[in-house]
Amino acid sequence: MITTDIIIIGAGPTGLFTVFEAGLLKLKCHLIDALPQPGGQCSEIYPKKPIYDIPAYPEILAGDLTDKLMEQCKQFKPGFTLGERAETIEKQDDNTFVVTTNKGTQHQAPVVAIAGGLGSFEPRKPLIHNIKDFEDKGVEYIIKDPEVYRNKKVVIAGGGDSALDWSIFLSDVASEVTLIHRRNEFRGHLDSVEKVQELKNKGKINLITPAEVIGIVGDYDVKAVVVKESDNIHIDKEYEIECDHFIPLFGLSPKLGPIANWGLEIEKNAIKVNNSLDYQTNIPGIFAIGDVNTYPGKLKLILCGFHEATLMCQAAYKIINPGKRYVMKYTTVSGVDGFDGTRKEAPKAVVKAID
Amino acid sequence: MSKSDINIKIKDREGIVHNIEAPTDMAMNLMEVVRSYELAPEGTIGVCGGMAMCASCQCYVLSETELPEMQDDEEAMLSEAFYVKDNSRLGCQIQITLEMEGLEVELAPES
Repeated sequence: MITTDIIIIGAGPTGLFTVFEAGLLKLKCHLIDALPQPGGQCSEIYPKKPIYDIPAYPEILAGDLTDKLMEQCKQFKPGFTLGERAETIEKQDDNTFVVTTNKGTQHQAPVVAIAGGLGSFEPRKPLIHNIKDFEDKGVEYIIKDPEVYRNKKVVIAGGGDSALDWSIFLSDVASEVTLIHRRNEFRGHLDSVEKVQELKNKGKINLITPAEVIGIVGDYDVKAVVVKESDNIHIDKEYEIECDHFIPLFGLSPKLGPIANWGLEIEKNAIKVNNSLDYQTNIPGIFAIGDVNTYPGKLKLILCGFHEATLMCQAAYKIINPGKRYVMKYTTVSGVDGFDGTRKEAPKAVVKAID
Repeated sequence: MSKSDINIKIKDREGIVHNIEAPTDMAMNLMEVVRSYELAPEGTIGVCGGMAMCASCQCYVLSETELPEMQDDEEAMLSEAFYVKDNSRLGCQIQITLEMEGLEVELAPES
């Protein structure tokens, strides 16, 4: 059991900034995120795209914003449970909460802050009628352990970076790699596209475009996929390709997911909170901040998430330290004392007489 | 109706047709117009914010209205999206202009 002061669900910008604000109040945080890296949408969807409305940054790349937030909260030593989705929440007799992930990791804290953005990212599944029957029996939407594919025949579908990168990687692991995409053009880093071209020329990747997988063949596990080649010029061709694994990589899309069943008041796919006070939900002790919440006039902006996180931490302090006095302090005046023993402070003014 | 508005018809995912007025002077795209009228639940459209990176605003163009040509990133996204037809476009890539008076579209299913 991981114990902390605040369990933060979602390691996007709002969740990361919460660590900093909580740290100023000497509260420890642990973040849970379904993605394997922190940053949320900023690192998953658009790391190389600029953002222009972060105060004091006329322009900053989403990936760089994530790096800066990580650096800013580092001294408060946040814990991370990454690549796991928060599945259930149970209130304990002592008023703390236990949050359990889909992999069974348990976290306990008196305060839970849901900073889940648009939800947890789930793989987008292609519309193949019998694909569900083969999930985990040869069909995988996410590659967890590449060794599974050693000396196997693998078919990958998709036209983005993950389809390209995994085709390249698995060409050294699998006995056969086939990459299928609906167009001849790929959307990925130029060097990945060139590398696939090179491997195709060497016969290490079997490239089929424009085509798509329209069916899966097998009794219990995957034996082959049905491919349809169609270019609007020639007559369509349909045939089977023998394989042990079919890996569709069509990106991820966020879904509110299990949080929707936690007994929280939901409106417009978001969690209703009290915005006149502390962004608490209808369940005391559970807060919702950033894009995941809603209230009259809500704007889904990173900068609004920062503000919400800051006010929420004050409320969390009162729950964790009932009756204990505190006044908000300016970091310029009091500095920042990290949980790792570091201290940041403004340099002292020089007092020196002038003759 | 303001002079800078145009009339467009949008069939939502439940099949209901909405006749709406869309401003041409607020730099809005079709996805944003759909959101401003709440014709699809929040969180099911414009997920990526309008970067042609999620296809949640895919729609089928039903009228003969002339639209801006498809750019590379829209074409690339549509080639990875589901339920794509010949008349598919991404709403976020269609900037509303006066020339689009009478535009008719249907929202593609959520995926």
